[in-house]
Amino acid sequence: MITYLGANNIISPLGFTTAQNLEALARGEVAVKKQQFHFSESIFCCSKIEDSTLNSYFSAISNITTYTNLEKMCILSIQDVVQQSGIDLKNKENLLIISTTKGNIDVLEGVYKNMDSNRAYLPVFAKTVGNYFGCAITPLVVSNACISGLLAIIAGKRLIENGNYKNIIVCGADIVSEFTLSGFKSFNALSDEPSKPFDKNRTGINLGEAASGILLSSDEISSIKISAGNSANDANHISGPSRNGDGLFNAVTKTLEDSKTETVDFISAHGTATEFNDEMESVAFSRAKLDHLPLNSLKGYYGHTLGAAGVLESVIAINSLASNTLIKSMGFELQGTSHELNVIKKTEQKTINSCLKTASGFGGCNAAAIFEKV
Amino acid sequence: MIMEATIVSYCKIKNNTVWVNGEKINIDNNSVDFSAFLVNLYRQMNLNYPKFFKMDNLCKLGILAAEMVIQNNSKSENFEKDKVAIFLANNSSSIETDRNHIKTIVNKNDYFPSPAVFVYTLPNIIIGEIAIKHKFTGENAFFVSETFDANFMHTYASIALQSRHTTDAVCGWINVDGNEYEAFMYYIEKKNLNKAGNGLNTHHTAEMIYKLYN
Repeated sequence: MITYLGANNIISPLGFTTAQNLEALARGEVAVKKQQFHFSESIFCCSKIEDSTLNSYFSAISNITTYTNLEKMCILSIQDVVQQSGIDLKNKENLLIISTTKGNIDVLEGVYKNMDSNRAYLPVFAKTVGNYFGCAITPLVVSNACISGLLAIIAGKRLIENGNYKNIIVCGADIVSEFTLSGFKSFNALSDEPSKPFDKNRTGINLGEAASGILLSSDEISSIKISAGNSANDANHISGPSRNGDGLFNAVTKTLEDSKTETVDFISAHGTATEFNDEMESVAFSRAKLDHLPLNSLKGYYGHTLGAAGVLESVIAINSLASNTLIKSMGFELQGTSHELNVIKKTEQKTINSCLKTASGFGGCNAAAIFEKV
Repeated sequence: MIMEATIVSYCKIKNNTVWVNGEKINIDNNSVDFSAFLVNLYRQMNLNYPKFFKMDNLCKLGILAAEMVIQNNSKSENFEKDKVAIFLANNSSSIETDRNHIKTIVNKNDYFPSPAVFVYTLPNIIIGEIAIKHKFTGENAFFVSETFDANFMHTYASIALQSRHTTDAVCGWINVDGNEYEAFMYYIEKKNLNKAGNGLNTHHTAEMIYKLYN
C-alpha cells in the first residue's frame, strides 16, 4: 500500500496558507525578528504570529474568545486542509493526529483570564480542536520533543498502511511562550540574531510559532508519497546530541533501506543552528555518505517551531518536489561543520524526485522519512 | 520456527504498591509520600544509578518500572539493542515539571529558570532515560491520551514488530499529576512461544494488555 501526501497548509507570520508561505520564501522574507514581550526586559529574536492577524482570520469562522491561540492556529490549519480536500473527520475512516511539545502551555502560565485550566492538558486541547470538526475518532496526540511533527507523519503512514484509517490529517503546532523562551534561554541556546543553520558563525536557536497541516491518504490524491520513515534513539544524553550522530545515522540508514529509493535528490535537515546539533548532523550525513546532497534548514526563516517543525518543513519539502525548487537555506554563508555540507545558497529550479527529511530532539530522539514522486 | 510477539513481563506501580508479573512486591516502607516512595523503591532495588537523583518524578517512576520489566523477564541474553523500541503514553505529559518550571519564572524578583528542570518539561525524556540506562537505540514514540488506550498501543507496537528493525518493545502508560501517579509497563519480544521461559509468556493482544493493566 502507498501513502500519498496531499492537501496542506502553513499558519505562520509569513502567511496563513502554504502558497502565501512559499511566495514569502521565494521573496527571501523571514518570519524571525527581534521583539520584546511584556514579561521580560530582554529582546528575543523569534517568530511570532500577531494576535490581531490570528483573530482577524479566526473571527471569519468562529468566536475568538472561545479558543486559545494554539487552538485557533490548529483549527485554521486543519480547516484549510479539510476545505481543499473535502475530507470529513466525522467519518470513522479518517483520523486527526496532532503533534505538539507544549500544547496550551500559556493556559498553565495563566495568560488567559477565562479559560478552564484543564485546557493545559494535551488530551483536552486535542479534543477541543477535534470537536470543532466533529471528529468521530478522538485525535491522537504525539509529543516527542522536536521530532514530534515528523514522527506524527510517520505514525500516520503506518496506521494507513496497516489498514486502520483511509485518510489522516496531521497537524503540528506550538506557540512561542514565556515558558519556552525562558527555558531555552537558561540553556544558553537562544541566538540574539536571526539564526544561521550550519554556518560557521551560528550562535543558536530562534524559537518560532506555527501550525501546519497535511493530508495523508491511501487514495491517490497527489503524485507524492511517503515511501519510508523510522526513528532511533542516541541513548547518549537527554539534552545533547550524540557526537558521532548515531541516532540520526541509524534513523536515516533504516529509512533508506526501507524506501528502496535509488537516489535521494536533497535533504530537508533539522538544522537548529546550535553548535552541537548542526555538527552532529554533518557527522551523521557524512557517515551515511549523503553529505554531497543539496541540503537546507528552514529554521533561518521560521525559527524552531518545535512540534510544528516536522510538519511545516515536510510541507515545504513536498512543495519543493512538486515545483522542482531547491530552497535556499537562509542564514548560511560559511562552512561551519567538521564535515562539509552542500548547503543550498541560492534558490534554484532543478528536477528533483525525492527528499530525505530528518529531525532530532531532546531525549536523544531522531527521525527520518523519504518523500518521493510516484 | 514461528516467531510471535509475546509479552514476557509486566509491572504496575500505583498507590505505593508494586506488582511484577502479577505478584505483589513487598516494599519496606510504603506509607510515605510519592517522592520518598520512589527513593525507597530505588534503594530496595539496589540500582546504583546516581543519575536517578537528577530526574524528575515522572522519569524516576519510568526508570523503576522499566527496570522491573527488564530484570524480570524470560528474555535470552543475546539481543540487538538497536532493535528494542520504546513506546509510552500518558495523560498529563510533563505537567508536574511544567508547573515547577513556571514557579521559577513567575516572580521577576526571584527568577531562576534552570536547564536541569526545563529539560524534563518533555514527556519523551523518560524514553531517553530508559534508552540511556539500557542502551536501547531502536524506535521511539510518546503519545498523550485521556486514558490508557491498549488497542492503540497494541496496534502501534504490532506494526513496529512486523518490521525487521524491531524485535523487542518496552511499552506502557506512565502518568504523574500532583500526588496521583500510575505506571504500567510491559516488555514484548518476538519469540518462539513453545520455548520454555522462566517468566510470563503470553500472546501480545489488546485484550491481554487490558487484562494485565486492570
